[in-house]
Amino acid sequence: MEREIDEGLRSELQKQGIWVTSMQELYNWGRKNSIWPLQFGLACCAIEMIATAASRYDIARFGGEVFRPSPRQADLMIVAGTVTKKMAPQIVRLYNQMPDPKYVIAMGACAISGGPFKQGYNVLKGIDRYIPVDVYIPGCPPRPEALLHAFMELQRKIDEQRLTGRQKAEFLKESTPSEFPVPAFGARDLEPPANPEVFRPPVIERA
Amino acid sequence: MESLEEIKARIEAVSPGARIEIIPNPGPANQPSLLLPNDGAREIAIFLRDDPGLRFDFCSNVTGVDWLDRTMKSKVKVKKVVEGEEKEVEEMKEEFFPGYLEAVYHLYSMARRDGPLVVRLRTKDRAEGTRLPSLTPVWRSAEFQEREIYDLYGIHFDGHPDLRRILMWDEFTDFPMRKDYQEPDDYEYEPTPHDEVLAKAKQHYPQRPASDGAETITAQT
Repeated sequence: MEREIDEGLRSELQKQGIWVTSMQELYNWGRKNSIWPLQFGLACCAIEMIATAASRYDIARFGGEVFRPSPRQADLMIVAGTVTKKMAPQIVRLYNQMPDPKYVIAMGACAISGGPFKQGYNVLKGIDRYIPVDVYIPGCPPRPEALLHAFMELQRKIDEQRLTGRQKAEFLKESTPSEFPVPAFGARDLEPPANPEVFRPPVIERA
Repeated sequence: MESLEEIKARIEAVSPGARIEIIPNPGPANQPSLLLPNDGAREIAIFLRDDPGLRFDFCSNVTGVDWLDRTMKSKVKVKKVVEGEEKEVEEMKEEFFPGYLEAVYHLYSMARRDGPLVVRLRTKDRAEGTRLPSLTPVWRSAEFQEREIYDLYGIHFDGHPDLRRILMWDEFTDFPMRKDYQEPDDYEYEPTPHDEVLAKAKQHYPQRPASDGAETITAQT
C-alpha cells in the first residue's frame, strides 16, 4: 500500500517517541481489528466456525470474537455451510440488513459452489450468485486455521481500502449498491436463478 | 418373528376378503413385505398395532418408491397352425406393467421386541391416482415422513392432519425424487465433468469452430 507518510521519517520520529499516523490508517486499523461477524451457521462448517471462536483457535486474537445475533450490528457475514434454495432468500435479506461497510466470507465447498450437492435440485450453486463475496475458503469443511487465514486476508483487504481519492473503497462510492434483490420462490427454481449484477461467471468454450 | 404368511393369515381372519399380497425380496437382504389394499389399510394397520399377538406399536420409517412404466419381454411357446400343421412356435411376448408409487412403512414392536415388519401401500398409477390412505392417525411418527413423501414423490395421503410440503418451498410444483424429474437448467462449469455432467456441459458450452477436435472444456476469462 502506498503510504502518505514517508516510512523513514516515521521510523525516525518513532524513535523519538512521536507516533505519526493518518486518519485513514487509524480508521482502518480500528475497523480491521474489530470485525464483528454475524452469528449464524448453516451446516457442518458452522461447527468449524464455532471451533474457531472457541479457546483453542480463538478468533478473539484477531478481534472477531463478538458474534452479533443481529445483522444491524454485524460487519462480516460468514456463510458457513450449505445454502439451500429455500434458505437463500433469507441469507440475502440478512445481508441487506447489515450496515455498510460489510464483508462476506464464503466458507466451504457448499457456500462457494454448491460443493458435493452441486448436481442436486435443492442446493444453491454458490452464494456469490446473489451477494458479492470477499473471501472464498475451499474445504469440506475448512479447518479453523483456514477460517483464520480468510479472516487475516479480509483484514489485509480492509487495511488496503482507501477513504478518499479516485481509488477509494467501493462501499464509499454513491453508485455502489448496498442491497441486492431478494430472490423469489418459483414453481421450479428460485427466480431469478442468479443475479446478473453480482454473478459473472467466466465465459467458457469447448476447445 | 412370525412369518409373513402367518401375519397375513391373522389379518385375513379378522378382515375376510382383504387382498393382501406378499412381495418377495430375492436380494441378499431377503426382506419380504406385505402389500396392503388401499381401502381398509387403516383398519389393518390398527389391527397390526393393537392385536395382542402382534403389537406393532412403533413405525420407525416411512419412505417412498417410484416405479416407472415398464415392458417385460419374454419368450412364450404358442400353438399355431403353420402350413396346415399345428406346431409349437416360440413367440416374443411383450407385457406392459403400468408404473405406480409406493409408500413403505417399517414397523417394530417395542412391546414384544420384534420387527421389522415391512408394509407397502401402492397407488393406482403415477399420474392421476396418486392417493393413499394416511397411516398417521395410527402411528403418529409417520406424520413428517408422509409429508416428506408428499413433498418429494407427490403421493396425497388422505386423512393426514397437516399435509404440506416439508422440505421444498410451498410454491414449488415438482416432485424431485420421481425418476422422471427434470431439474431446472442452471448447469454451471465444472472442472472435471464426466458422464451425465459431461453431456450437460457439452449442451451448455457448444463446440468452438476450431479443428483440433479435442473434447476438453477450457475456461476463458
